[in-house]
Amino acid sequence: MPQQTEQWREMLINWLIKISGYSAIVFVTLIFFFLIRESLPGFSPETFSRLAGSRWYPIEQYYGLAPLIAGSIMVTLGAALVAIPLGLGTAIFIAEIAPRWVREILKPLVEILAGLPSVVLGFLGILSLSPWVRETMNLPTGLTAFSGSLLLGMTSLPTIVSVAEDALDAVPRSYRDASLALGATELQTIFLVTLPAARSGVFTAVMLGLGRAIGETIMVMMVTGNAAMIPNSLFSPVRTMTATIAAEMGEVAKGSEHYHVLFLIGLTLFVISLLVNLTASSVIMRQQKRAERVLS
Amino acid sequence: MVNPMNKVTIENLSLEYSDGAESLRGINLNIPANAISVLFGPAGGGKSSLLRILNRLNDLADVKTVRGKVLIDGQNILEPGVDVIALRRKVGMVFARPVPLPLSMRANLTYGLELAGEHRAAVLAEAVERSLTQAALWDEVKDRLDEPAAALSGGQQQRLCLARVLALQPEIIMLDEPTSGLDPISTSKVEASLQKLKTQYTIILVPHSVQQAARTADYAGFFLQGELVEWAPGRAIFSTPRDKRTEDYVVGRFG
Amino acid sequence: MNKSVFARQLTQKIGYGLLTLLTLLTVLPILYIIGRILLQGAPAALSWEFLFTFPRDGMKAGGIWPAIVGTIYLTLGTALFSVPLGLGAAIYLSEYAPNNRWTRLIRLAIINLAGIPSVVYGLFGLGLFVLFLKLGVSILAGSLTLSIMTLPVIISTAEEALRAVPQAFRVVSISLGATKWQTIRRIVLPQALPGILTGVILGLERAAGETAPILFTAASFFLPRLPGSPLDATMALPYHLFVISTQVPGMPLRIQFGTALVLLVFVLSMNLAATVIRSRARAARQW
Repeated sequence: MPQQTEQWREMLINWLIKISGYSAIVFVTLIFFFLIRESLPGFSPETFSRLAGSRWYPIEQYYGLAPLIAGSIMVTLGAALVAIPLGLGTAIFIAEIAPRWVREILKPLVEILAGLPSVVLGFLGILSLSPWVRETMNLPTGLTAFSGSLLLGMTSLPTIVSVAEDALDAVPRSYRDASLALGATELQTIFLVTLPAARSGVFTAVMLGLGRAIGETIMVMMVTGNAAMIPNSLFSPVRTMTATIAAEMGEVAKGSEHYHVLFLIGLTLFVISLLVNLTASSVIMRQQKRAERVLS
Repeated sequence: MVNPMNKVTIENLSLEYSDGAESLRGINLNIPANAISVLFGPAGGGKSSLLRILNRLNDLADVKTVRGKVLIDGQNILEPGVDVIALRRKVGMVFARPVPLPLSMRANLTYGLELAGEHRAAVLAEAVERSLTQAALWDEVKDRLDEPAAALSGGQQQRLCLARVLALQPEIIMLDEPTSGLDPISTSKVEASLQKLKTQYTIILVPHSVQQAARTADYAGFFLQGELVEWAPGRAIFSTPRDKRTEDYVVGRFG
Repeated sequence: MNKSVFARQLTQKIGYGLLTLLTLLTVLPILYIIGRILLQGAPAALSWEFLFTFPRDGMKAGGIWPAIVGTIYLTLGTALFSVPLGLGAAIYLSEYAPNNRWTRLIRLAIINLAGIPSVVYGLFGLGLFVLFLKLGVSILAGSLTLSIMTLPVIISTAEEALRAVPQAFRVVSISLGATKWQTIRRIVLPQALPGILTGVILGLERAAGETAPILFTAASFFLPRLPGSPLDATMALPYHLFVISTQVPGMPLRIQFGTALVLLVFVLSMNLAATVIRSRARAARQW
């Protein structure tokens, strides 16, 4: 009899584990389902034409997405300009150049950056970065796409550095030795051999880092000035898709057109992150397959 | 039909792995009780696979097909309804590399018993002493049973693994190249233990060399590429092999 | 000949110098942020009154006690859901999952969960937990939302820790008559525990510092008393910092920096704990 209860218990546990295993699929599906459920069915035919407008001014039912999309693209591109050189440079420095003790200092520091709550970055952005931007650039306000880009670049740095560093680390020592033996300098080896060999990992690093930048919310909302207009330069205030949701969802009436449109923006962000991650992971998987072929 | 002297009867056993690795073809074999049966031959011949069928450890591997019968005490253990857990308690196994579980020595020895629901301290203590004595390890470790098993030397670890199997009082003990990583002194200790143990147990040994096979065998079978080439009682197989392939292997022409 | 050697050495020097510069540009801001918050936050954060009393005068005086308590509640609530679920999923992937299409789909889903923007989690939490399940804006709804967000971190680190346990232990345990679950519970889990713990802490660290997911699911601007049940809304450190640095004009800097420092200490001490556990376990490992 106790043997039998034991068997039941084991069966139950095995089921619970299996259910937990599949939970990730359930959640992704649920998220997709709820984003759709709260957006598209609530739309009237006019809503769709309003989305195509170039003005975002919900109080008067202007729901043009263009300024928000432009804002998101602008700060993300700006962040890329900051994060790609800094991130790759740091990854190369850590993986290829730095002596062991320097590495032991740099890696935890980058991890700390990864752990910094974005609201803390936003707070310092308001307090020290934006006044500095305003004064040095001689602008009416320092809360601009530029300030947002700088900070966003910082938030994507940890991802880029750690993924790219892993990729560089994975390049076999023999590649470097062969290159050096052929008379290449260490610098030439890095840029002509190691970096190209690690290119798919480096690409993944950049994709994931920028994926994080597109999704960043609270910090962007704090430092970009929140003006929902199509920006004419990197130094004007902007409003991103994420910030729009965060800023307006709190005050909107449930079930209103505005509410549904905000969910549609959420759905758009979901689809973008899906695409970014599918691209990044398909690169990784293809790479793994190639590695398996080489090994077998 | 079943000879009571035969502990294990294998009838027309065939095995295939999904990845096409080492397999068995049409094995027929009677393994007698209270003796050391040695399965030898070059690597990849199917010896380990056969062992892993006897305690159904192959259930963990990617097996494509198993055909035939394996009778232990007259019961076909390949049938779906078999209590695999009980089978594994009855058919103990010692592996090539000593793998002490990451526990104390004592906990390693009582692991199987506790899983079987035995929690009486006296019974467990008795099992620890008896099994360590049988494996010729008691004197070396009796004062430090609560230290981690990983602290033992390689030879001691392997004897602990043997003791761990003995603690469960199995009927069959299988050893898959148990001395391959050991020094000669530890090896002879293990072999001496086996000679004592065979009076009570059915022992199936995959030796790590022809010499060890010849030293220990009461019965011996030569495996080549999934087939049982020759099976003979005693040590005849090493002095007067009937099959040319066995002879070539025994005298060292290949392998 | 000499000239070209010289030129090559010069390029090498310039290249290395440039890489060093880029690294400094990455690292110095981190040091600046930590240093500045530490220096300017310490005067407020080190006072008993600031840590353990309620805000007063429209939050321009007094302390941040309810925000600290709220963040602790949310973090524990998140752990309550995400640890068993994440651990279960990790065990499934490492010990049970067959190598087939469904397993690949699970992995893809986890990668995607990891990439979904935090504000979208907030929307989802609003749609499912707050409105559909009628939990309201509450600690429960917020914890559930944060749990799903932290799940991928916990699953992937825990799976890695489980996979690092040598396969031989499993085979030996099974051969001694253990069932699969007995093997996992008695051998695999204890050995993987430090790694699992590291993953759990890193996941919770992220949950503790996030603002967007709790914005419409749990957070409240100001509460005169501590939350009394999981169905109450709560203040929380990240949201509080957001509020006092953007929504309240004339906020004393002392309080803003103090709040930032408390949040930073909260999060970074988790980070430190994870690092310490990881390095200790590596040193103590027997395999």
